[in-house]
Amino acid sequence: MADIKLPAGKVEELKEVCKKLGNEGGELINALHAAQELFGYLPAEVQELVANEMNVSVAHVYGVVTFYSFFSMIPKGEHPISICMGTACYVRGAEKVLDEFKRHLDVKVGETTPDGKFSISCLRCVGACGLAPVVTVGDKVYGRVAAEDVKGILEEYK
Amino acid sequence: MEIVQLSIDNKKVVVEKGTTILEAAKNIGVDIPTLCHMKLHDMNIENKPGGCRVCVVEVEGRRNLAPACKTECTEGMDIQTHSVRVVNARRTVMELILSDHPFDCLVCAKSGDCELQTMAQNLGIREVRYQGEKNSYKSDESPAIVREMEKCIMCRRCETACNEVQTVGVLSAVNRGFESVVAPAFEMDLDHSACTFCGQCVAVCPTGALTERDSSAKVMDAIVDPKKTVIVQTAPAVRAALGEEFGMEAGTLVTGKMVSALRKLGFDHVFDTDFAADLTIMEEGTELLGRLGKHLAGDKDVKLPILTSCCPGWVNFFEHQFPDMIDIPSTAKSPQQMFGAIAKTYFADQLKQKREDVVVVSVMPCLAKKYECARDEFKVDGDPDVNLSISTRELAQMIRNANLNFEALEEDDFDQPLGESTGAAVIFGTTGGVIEAAVRTAYEVHTKKPLPKLDFEELRGFEGIRSATIDFDGLPINIGIAHGLGNARKLLEDIRAGKSQFHAIEIMACPGGCIGGGGQPYHHGDVEVLKKRQRAIYEEDKGKVLRKSHENPFVQKLYSEFLGEPCGHKSHELLHTHYYDKKKKIEI
Repeated sequence: MADIKLPAGKVEELKEVCKKLGNEGGELINALHAAQELFGYLPAEVQELVANEMNVSVAHVYGVVTFYSFFSMIPKGEHPISICMGTACYVRGAEKVLDEFKRHLDVKVGETTPDGKFSISCLRCVGACGLAPVVTVGDKVYGRVAAEDVKGILEEYK
Repeated sequence: MEIVQLSIDNKKVVVEKGTTILEAAKNIGVDIPTLCHMKLHDMNIENKPGGCRVCVVEVEGRRNLAPACKTECTEGMDIQTHSVRVVNARRTVMELILSDHPFDCLVCAKSGDCELQTMAQNLGIREVRYQGEKNSYKSDESPAIVREMEKCIMCRRCETACNEVQTVGVLSAVNRGFESVVAPAFEMDLDHSACTFCGQCVAVCPTGALTERDSSAKVMDAIVDPKKTVIVQTAPAVRAALGEEFGMEAGTLVTGKMVSALRKLGFDHVFDTDFAADLTIMEEGTELLGRLGKHLAGDKDVKLPILTSCCPGWVNFFEHQFPDMIDIPSTAKSPQQMFGAIAKTYFADQLKQKREDVVVVSVMPCLAKKYECARDEFKVDGDPDVNLSISTRELAQMIRNANLNFEALEEDDFDQPLGESTGAAVIFGTTGGVIEAAVRTAYEVHTKKPLPKLDFEELRGFEGIRSATIDFDGLPINIGIAHGLGNARKLLEDIRAGKSQFHAIEIMACPGGCIGGGGQPYHHGDVEVLKKRQRAIYEEDKGKVLRKSHENPFVQKLYSEFLGEPCGHKSHELLHTHYYDKKKKIEI
């Protein structure tokens, strides 16, 4: 694999975080949270860096990153779409809403559209079950979303 | 010591508190089957993820079945290990495992030596009632190890070997649920990782998921090519294990039969890596004495301790993980590569042949040797000093292909000149052997007196890290020994911290040394097998007339006719190498 290039400022910041966490493997998940916050996602190079700083193997870091759906190796879109799949939203038709987003954008869950505009992810309960099914786009929350509303929501961002 | 009493299959057992049901049963001769559990006593290796669920047993009064490998014995337990309920559960578990496993046993490299296959047979599985999706993965074909992860049953033994025993950290379980698989970071191939190719993952895999890259067909191609002269060299540990592949007792020495088989297979010259092991001692021993002399003369820059460099897994390990210390190991090439360099110069000249027309094949207990012989620095104009390296298992396969009755073969001797060796070379095959061989020669060269005794019991054994002080006629030499890369790491960290008191350290990547190499017949978790091989190696040494490397007459002749002196100009050119920093750099 080629040697790695990352922006210096963020690298220093991440190293600082890792140092505060004691450069110790037991704090790996916290380090990865911080890294994803900083870089927006966890590309291979960032995982190598975290492994180095936290004194664990890269394979182990990759194992943790691929285990938790929260961590992503793909950069999120400009407008990240999250569909709640919690019990309340699910029974009120969240899956149909999700399918509609996937159909319109032609990407799978965890992926980003080629133009970098939208990405789709699923989450479990935003605590607004009264509004089920719930969708968030960036910081904006949409309640009682039906499959027919999907096209309109996307139009707002085009 | 707190003890508990319990009953297993209606037999009373008393065990120490904390003992698992699996171990307690073993104590009274009850064998509970398992696919994931593995314990190598004396080596501190235990894998018990409790993942396969084959070892379940019935505990009176407990609602569900208990995994024997994970459940500790408690007072008054009443356990049945093969009740109808237990056997039915095991069969169901087995069928579920097989429902996501390819049915290509007839053409699988592991067939006949596969723990999964044996288990299915023992449980009498004749159909798999569960049908569903099967996983498929791109197969990983590194120069040494082939990974076919469809055959993985997630026992995690390879992870334990890679991460805990070897501390190499290349393998990890990745993804989750049905998609989970054991893989290197980013699911890259092994040769893009820090893999040392030690092959300990292969040695413990219960299925055909991890196997060696098979070069035996290429060897046969070379043998039948009339333009090629094909030379074979065999490593010391092979002769102490090859017999096991033909049903012989572990620790049976088959040197003569092996030579005979190699000749029947059609090799033009049957030589011995042991010859090159004697040569290694001449070079490495001289280097040790050279560095020691400088040290004693007050040179502060001299690098001590000197570390052995004959193990390619170990070389890969320090190149990847300790690149700041690549000037500490001896620069002497491994015996395999010294042999190749001599065979393609000195011996090719004797044959009056061009080096391209000479094919050197090595039979090794090792998978890292496949990687080593492909390294660029061991090639001359693209032609490798050692063309092909096959494992002990691959040689056994070639012998079976030729339908030779191995046990009935007569005993033959190696060809000369590169087949002559001393007892010091034979013991290269076990942990502690290389340094003992070096001591035998270095002592006599340094003191100019004959050794009072040849057997250095203080250097032998199975402890992961050992140390001894050898008296060089008034000069105490501190020797360290580590086998298993996890143990090697501890010694290296001491050196880095400036805490090491050793003058010389021997390191072998595999637990037990080459006798426990990744290319040896599968030991299936029985460490006694390794101990028997070790005894066989020392037995072969004892039986040799010459037991000190510098007494090998053909090595002496090689120096007088061709090389000049140990660590001289020609030796440096042919028998020494350099190491590379392979740690990945993070650029900012």
